[in-house]
Amino acid sequence: MSENFEPVIIGFTCNWCSYRAADLAGTARVKYAPNVRLIRMMCSGRLDPTFVMKALSGGADGVLITGCHPGECHYIEQNYKALRRFILLKRTLTQMGIEPGRIKLVWASAAEGVRLAAEITKMVEEVRALGPLNWNSEQVSVSSNQSSVISDQSPTLITVH
Amino acid sequence: MSKPKFAMYWAASCGGCEIAVLNIHEKILDVDANFDVVFWPVAMDAKYKDVEAMDDESILLTLFNGGIRNDENEKMAKLMRRKSKILVSFGSCACEGCIPGLANFSNVDEIIDTAFHTLTTDNGSEFKLQTHYSVPEGEIHIPTLLPLLKTLDQVVKVDYYMPGCPPESHQIAAVIDLVIQVLQGKATLPSPGATIGVGNSTVCDECKRARNEKKIKYFTRIQLTHPDPALCLLEQGIPCNGPATRSGCGALCPAAGAQCIGCYGPAEGVMDYGSRLISSFASVIDGNTPEEIEKVIDGIADPAGQFYRFSLAGSLLRGSKTARS
Repeated sequence: MSENFEPVIIGFTCNWCSYRAADLAGTARVKYAPNVRLIRMMCSGRLDPTFVMKALSGGADGVLITGCHPGECHYIEQNYKALRRFILLKRTLTQMGIEPGRIKLVWASAAEGVRLAAEITKMVEEVRALGPLNWNSEQVSVSSNQSSVISDQSPTLITVH
Repeated sequence: MSKPKFAMYWAASCGGCEIAVLNIHEKILDVDANFDVVFWPVAMDAKYKDVEAMDDESILLTLFNGGIRNDENEKMAKLMRRKSKILVSFGSCACEGCIPGLANFSNVDEIIDTAFHTLTTDNGSEFKLQTHYSVPEGEIHIPTLLPLLKTLDQVVKVDYYMPGCPPESHQIAAVIDLVIQVLQGKATLPSPGATIGVGNSTVCDECKRARNEKKIKYFTRIQLTHPDPALCLLEQGIPCNGPATRSGCGALCPAAGAQCIGCYGPAEGVMDYGSRLISSFASVIDGNTPEEIEKVIDGIADPAGQFYRFSLAGSLLRGSKTARS
């Protein structure tokens, strides 16, 4: 394994807590590993498992999901849904041969900038130890999956010779 | 004017798609009346070289079923693409990989080992699979397996998708009717890349079972329980793939008392079939602590197999890490 390997981690953050925690860490000049690319969502409950699959298949080495502590969700209980999806997703990914350490769920309130920074640094080191995932070695193309019922009329004409 | 040409080819598939086509009953006579069937290995004798000799795009309509498992499949996919004006990815294998695509959980060595050395077969340790073999008459070649089974559209451009394992015969009949109408100038084709012979919603939308707010306290297997025949199966803890599966079949399985297993592939707008199912199953689990949730999920014996039974090869990950190594 290359000693220069810098893991790419996609981090999904909640607008109301963990995104602000990351912001706080920045304002307070708390140092943490620069390997995580944060994406802000309105809630951890918005996290469609497809996002995780897309990240991993597109070249990420790990995915970090963050949200408000249980009982503190801005939308009452959506972080519980995130937790349930995370557990089922992790089991499925384990069957696919993706190490459990590559997917992590962290609760972080808006005040926990220092803790979130520590968790990120910890995860980066864990994923670094696991090595590159290299899932995108073969370019993945997924059809746009558009559909039209058979009655759909469109202006394409075929000619017959 | 000579009749337009029709072809049907099978790659890694079971032959069920061909039966589904023949199952359109007397409408098959319309196919014969309107088309000149030039290549259809299961129904008539024609050689690959006959197809190679045809002009490019000289076949109007090709229904291509089966996944791309080996180099022969891949070569034929490219050949049929070149010779066809309209190439339809026909059936679940060609669209998402289907059951043959489940081999994407294993690598080629494991597949060969399972087929020739374990479980039902004892060939002895000296047996070795060879793709080339010399006989007095010359050298024999058999196709080589690709590392991963691919869907048709991962190999060539596809004009239309027609999912289903197999596609329902009434849907095939409707598609053939439409093509004939197009030939007669009475209709136009759907936009390129469209999924045809399907509905625009999910199996749940076609399912007659009663639905309430879901709170799943446990998952079980259908053979271990006696489900209420009028109530949503998922509500009764039976992993039913209806929420992520495209409509078009008329919810046949739930109507017959069995759970949907997802043969019609991802519903409209779903990029990764398994992810959509993970989302819909997990959201309705009745439990808020990791322990409670784990206990409910324990009831799903094989999550990856449950969520990707028909769509592993067409999923975002395409296969397991082992298969890709």
